[in-house]
Formats: sequence, C-alpha cells, structure tokens
Amino acid sequence: MSLRAHVVVQRGALLVDVDLTVADGEVLAVLGPNGAGKSTVLRVLAGLLAPDGGRVAIDVPGGELVWDDEDRHVPAHERPLGMVFQDHLLFPHLSVTDNVAFGLRTRGARKAHARTTAQDWLARVGLEGFGDRRPTQLSGGQAQRAALARALVGEPRLLLLDEPLSALDARTRLTVRAELRRHLTAFGGCTVLVSHDPVDAMALADRVVVVEDGVVVQEGTPSEVARMPRTDYVARLVGLSLLPGTAVGTTVALDGGGRVATGEAADGPVFVAVRPETVSLYLARPEGSPRNVWPATLVAATPHGSTVRCDLDGEVPLTADVTATAFAEMGLVPGAAVWASVKASEVAVYPR
Amino acid sequence: MPAPLLVPALIGVVFLVLPLVGLLARAPWSQLPSSLAEPQIGQALRLSLVSATLATLLSLVLGVPLAWVLARSTIRGRSVLRALVTVPLVLPPVVGGVALFLVLGRQGLVGRWLYETFDYTIPFTTTAVVIAETFVAMPFLVITVEGALRAADARFEDAAATLGADRWTTFRRVTLPLVLPGVAAGAVLCWARALGEFGATITFAGNFPGTTQTMPLAVYLALQSDPEAAIVLSLVLLGVSLATLLLLRDRWLGRSGTPAA
Repeated sequence: MSLRAHVVVQRGALLVDVDLTVADGEVLAVLGPNGAGKSTVLRVLAGLLAPDGGRVAIDVPGGELVWDDEDRHVPAHERPLGMVFQDHLLFPHLSVTDNVAFGLRTRGARKAHARTTAQDWLARVGLEGFGDRRPTQLSGGQAQRAALARALVGEPRLLLLDEPLSALDARTRLTVRAELRRHLTAFGGCTVLVSHDPVDAMALADRVVVVEDGVVVQEGTPSEVARMPRTDYVARLVGLSLLPGTAVGTTVALDGGGRVATGEAADGPVFVAVRPETVSLYLARPEGSPRNVWPATLVAATPHGSTVRCDLDGEVPLTADVTATAFAEMGLVPGAAVWASVKASEVAVYPR
Repeated sequence: MPAPLLVPALIGVVFLVLPLVGLLARAPWSQLPSSLAEPQIGQALRLSLVSATLATLLSLVLGVPLAWVLARSTIRGRSVLRALVTVPLVLPPVVGGVALFLVLGRQGLVGRWLYETFDYTIPFTTTAVVIAETFVAMPFLVITVEGALRAADARFEDAAATLGADRWTTFRRVTLPLVLPGVAAGAVLCWARALGEFGATITFAGNFPGTTQTMPLAVYLALQSDPEAAIVLSLVLLGVSLATLLLLRDRWLGRSGTPAA
C-alpha cells in the first residue's frame, strides 16, 4: 500500500471520518452524493485543507512521507501531487503551454525545458498545436485534457481527480473518459478519483469507496459494488431495488413487510437486490408458477431509451423497466394498480 | 418612462453638468495660450502630476498587499482593520492633514524623532504633499483591489498550490495577473483623488509655489486675486480629469470587461 490516509474533518454539522488506502498504480474512486464529504477528503489529501485529526502518509523510495498528523501539516505546494478540477481551472492569463509548464517552473525547471516538456505532454493528450491558444479558446474536452497534462507533467506521486468529467457534455464525456482511462493505466502513482457518477467510477477505478454522511458505507471492486449495493444511494446509482430483510432458507421476510423468494438459500439479516429489467408488470394477477407476485401502485414513469422506468409503491417497493410498447399496450398511467412479478432465480441475496 | 423618475433624473444631470458648462462658457479662450504658458501654471501642474504619481506608486506598493490581507488572510480583527483603512475615505481631508501634522510635524510622535535623529522635517515639503495625498487616496485603491480580489475565483489559487506554487509565487504569477484590471482601475481612481487633493495638503504641506503648491491650491489662491487665472487652472484640471475618465473606460475596463468593484 502506498497512500494511507485517515481523514477526520469537522465541516459544520458534518463530521467526516474516512479511511483510505491506495496502492501504487491503483485508481480508487470515492463515490457519494453531494455534501457527503468526498471533496473535503480530496482537499485534505491535496493539502489545501488541514484536517482536524487523523494521519495522511505516502510511501516514497526509502521510506514514508507523513503529510498530516497531530503535529504536522505539509502545505499543498510541498506535496508531489497533481490535481484535476471539475471545471479545469486553467489559468486564463496564460497560454495552454504555459499552463502545463506552470508546475515545472514552480519546481525550478528552466523555462525552455519546461516548455519543451509541456509540449510533449500536450502531444500525449492529443493537443499538439494548441499550445499557443488561451484556455478560453479550447473546447470543454480539450481544456480538461490540458488540465490532465498540467497535473501529470510533474510526474506526481499522487493524482487527485475532483469530478473530472462532470462539467462535460455527454458526448465529450465518453471520449475524454476513454482517454483518461488510458492515461490512468499508464500512470504509476496512486490515483484518487472523486465522483458522484457511478459510470465514471465503474469505468475508471480499480476499487470503489462509497462515502455517505462523512463515513465509508461500502468498499469493493466496481463490480462488487454494482452487484451487491449496501445502501439505498448505491442501489439507486447502479439502478437496483434494495430490500433489507431476514432470510430463512430461500425465503426472506422483508423489514418493510412482505416476503421474497430467492434462488439461493441464506440465513439471518440480508439484502435482497432486484434488477429493474427482471421485474414484469401485469394488469391482473398472473396465473401459473411465479412465487414472487405482489400488488403495487405505479407512482412514476420515466422514459429511458426504448424502455420506461416504472417506480412502484406497495408492500414491496420496486423499480421495473418495461418496454415502451408494453407500457403503451397496458395503458399504464401513474396511480394505476398493477401486479409485479420476478423470478426467484433473478433475485440476488447477500448478507447485511 | 414614468415622470417621477424622469424629472429628478433630468434635474440631476443638469445639476452635475451645468457647473462644467459654466466653466467652459466663462473661459477666456483668447488668452488661454498665453495664460497656460505662464510659469506658475506649469510649475503647479508639474508638481501636481509628479506628486499624484508618486502618491499612486506608494499606494500601490502598500495598498495592494493590504488589499490582499483584507481579502485573503484569515487573521482575527480583519473587519476592524478594514474599517480603519476606510476611515480616510469619510474623514474630512483637513482633519487628516491636522492628524498627519500631529504625528509627522516637528513636535509630533514620529516627527520629533526624525528631527532629532536625522535633522529632517517633513511638513511644508514636497514629501509632505505626497504623504498627504497618499493618506487620502490610498483607501480608494485598497477598496477597489480588495473588491477585485473577492470577485476573482480563489480556486485558481488552489490550483496553483497543487502545482507547487507557494503563496508568494501564487500571488505574483496567478492572483495579481487575474486582478490586474482591478489594480489598474484602483490606481487610476487613486491618482485622480490625489490630483484633486486640497484639504490635507494645505494643512500638512502648506502652500509654497514650486514645492507644495499643487493645482487645486493654485486654483483657490488665484480665485481670490485673479479669477481669470483660476478659470484657466480649473480648465486644465478638468481636462486632466476627463482624460483620466476616458482612459479608465476604454483602456482598462472596456477591454478586459472586468468591473472595477
């Protein structure tokens, strides 16, 4: 492990207390809703904010560098790190090349050498020939690539990415995300990415930490988090219905009332996760074998590509994806009474 | 447009513009070239321009860091400090002159020490003119620059810090360039205020042609003996003021588009 951080900060009413470790070459995504304290954690790692407690240390050849503990706070400019901000924050009064060269100049590089290195990096992020422009003359995607070059040019030990894609439009986002992934794979230091978009976290990170209300509520690989969310927030992010309950064999008694039959057996407190596309809707109680059938009321319907996402209320609150055709044929409107069904084998169950 | 707004607005414009029209109407245009060539006018104008420029430079050297402290630092008692800095804005300049005299005069707190140690007295010298003008004009610069600093996005400074820049480097290479239009606007305001300074100057520096008699003092003196000359001097000051205004609008504010606090 290379970056070890225990960050304790009081921000108004919110107490942030988060433990993070990041290995060399690893990308850790900190995922969480707005106001959960994830940007605060990032500012502490950057040295822009002195924590109220805890310890931040990073391994360097020949030992460990302590950045924060009870009697030490190394300011940002003395930490070998690079940071990419949400809205790039390229200096408007400098050319793109001078922006990228900035970090080299402050660390004592000669002007000519700094500019040459900056131009090399601009070429690496696909901005060859844009060096003489002002940041305002770049598109959003180009500016964010220049910001990445500016952060990486000093060969930092730690790369911090604060919502690096959220200011970009959907199309640019796709291409910049793919490029970012390529650069992160090539980067040998530790990377911490803060995002509220699960797609960024899933596409870019090796490991995900979910922070809510200042504490870590879940940690794991992106696929673990996506398959087995542990809080409503994560479940909603990855598009699952999350139902806590108590399992006896293949039956789970839900905390909110109602029963769910599962394919796998379990015992004790569990989460049940249901994918919206596995939920079928009927106007009348379906005949035949399904063990999981519940009456429900349609409370909201939002078109989602070729499907319609239906939020259901009832004994078992669920989200269902039905095709737009089926939605129209059934004549569904908010307030309609329906029957929801899901196969036991499609229901995931895992310990709480 | 509703009359309750339009009528007072028109009266307001007339009130502001009429005195200037009067000045232009009464100007002895035919004698203007010869009057302007008179040595006292040139002397007073030169002294005014030099002392106002020196006062502006002094204000820049002291006022920009002061504005930074007010806008960026987290020291305690910052609001008290800001109030103290703005006192000269509301203080009658004559009172400022008296206060300066009490501190820097030969019998004053600092002045006595200066006199006894270096055999140097400040009052009634050109130095006194510059000090009086700085005292009155510097708050304009500080307030303007502080406003520009507050309006500037401080996150650029965070970005600079993550790129290895300490606070001094950040100030020089990021903050100052970003607020340069505000600094320029503040300097122009400061210079214009210094150029028109009267009360503190005449109290603290006196009225000696060649060393402390600036244009406003010369206008006042001339009005008592030679009203024609007073008009000529006033015209010159008006011209300089208008030129400053144009410079302020087109050169700095117009081009950068940054409002000056």
